[in-house]
Amino acid sequence: MAEFLVVAAAFVLLTVGAGLVRILHGPAEADRMMAAQLLGSGGIAVLLLLAVAMERPAAVDVALVLALLAAFAAVAFVKGRSPSGAGDPEA
Amino acid sequence: MRLALDLFTILCVSAGGVFFLAATIGMLRFPDTLTRLHALTKADNLGLGLVVLGLLPRMEGVAEALKLVGIWLLALLAAATVAQLVARAALRETAGQPGGPPR
Repeated sequence: MAEFLVVAAAFVLLTVGAGLVRILHGPAEADRMMAAQLLGSGGIAVLLLLAVAMERPAAVDVALVLALLAAFAAVAFVKGRSPSGAGDPEA
Repeated sequence: MRLALDLFTILCVSAGGVFFLAATIGMLRFPDTLTRLHALTKADNLGLGLVVLGLLPRMEGVAEALKLVGIWLLALLAAATVAQLVARAALRETAGQPGGPPR
């Protein structure tokens, strides 16, 4: 059972790794941010899977922090994009 | 009973993996920014949701299980708002260019 979870974690990690190609040649800034967002979510899934596979409940908290930081990263991106810096792209 | 739970976990976690794959393929193959964003946000939340659902029976206490669901809800909320913001940023960025919606 634990082996299956580790294999699933590796699969998700590979999938997200393939998604990073979008960062290389994503035409728009938003595409690059999306790949980072997918990396965040994929990272959370991998952490949760490994937490259960290796019986380390601490990794669940790490996943919680990663979920928070992924949101902050995207908000920072949007604030940087808006002219006034206020964060509302339509402002 | 144990076997049923393991089977449930295996099914849910693999379904979650399939959705992560769908998110990645959607993000790489779709023509423009907004469709990629749609594919990404939907699939990665569903993927994470199914992985969490699959891991729930493996949790010892109810508190652990609730924490797991809490993480998924936080990721859900974060991804939903972020998708809106990034979409508006993308639209505004390409609204100036002639030729209308982003291609």
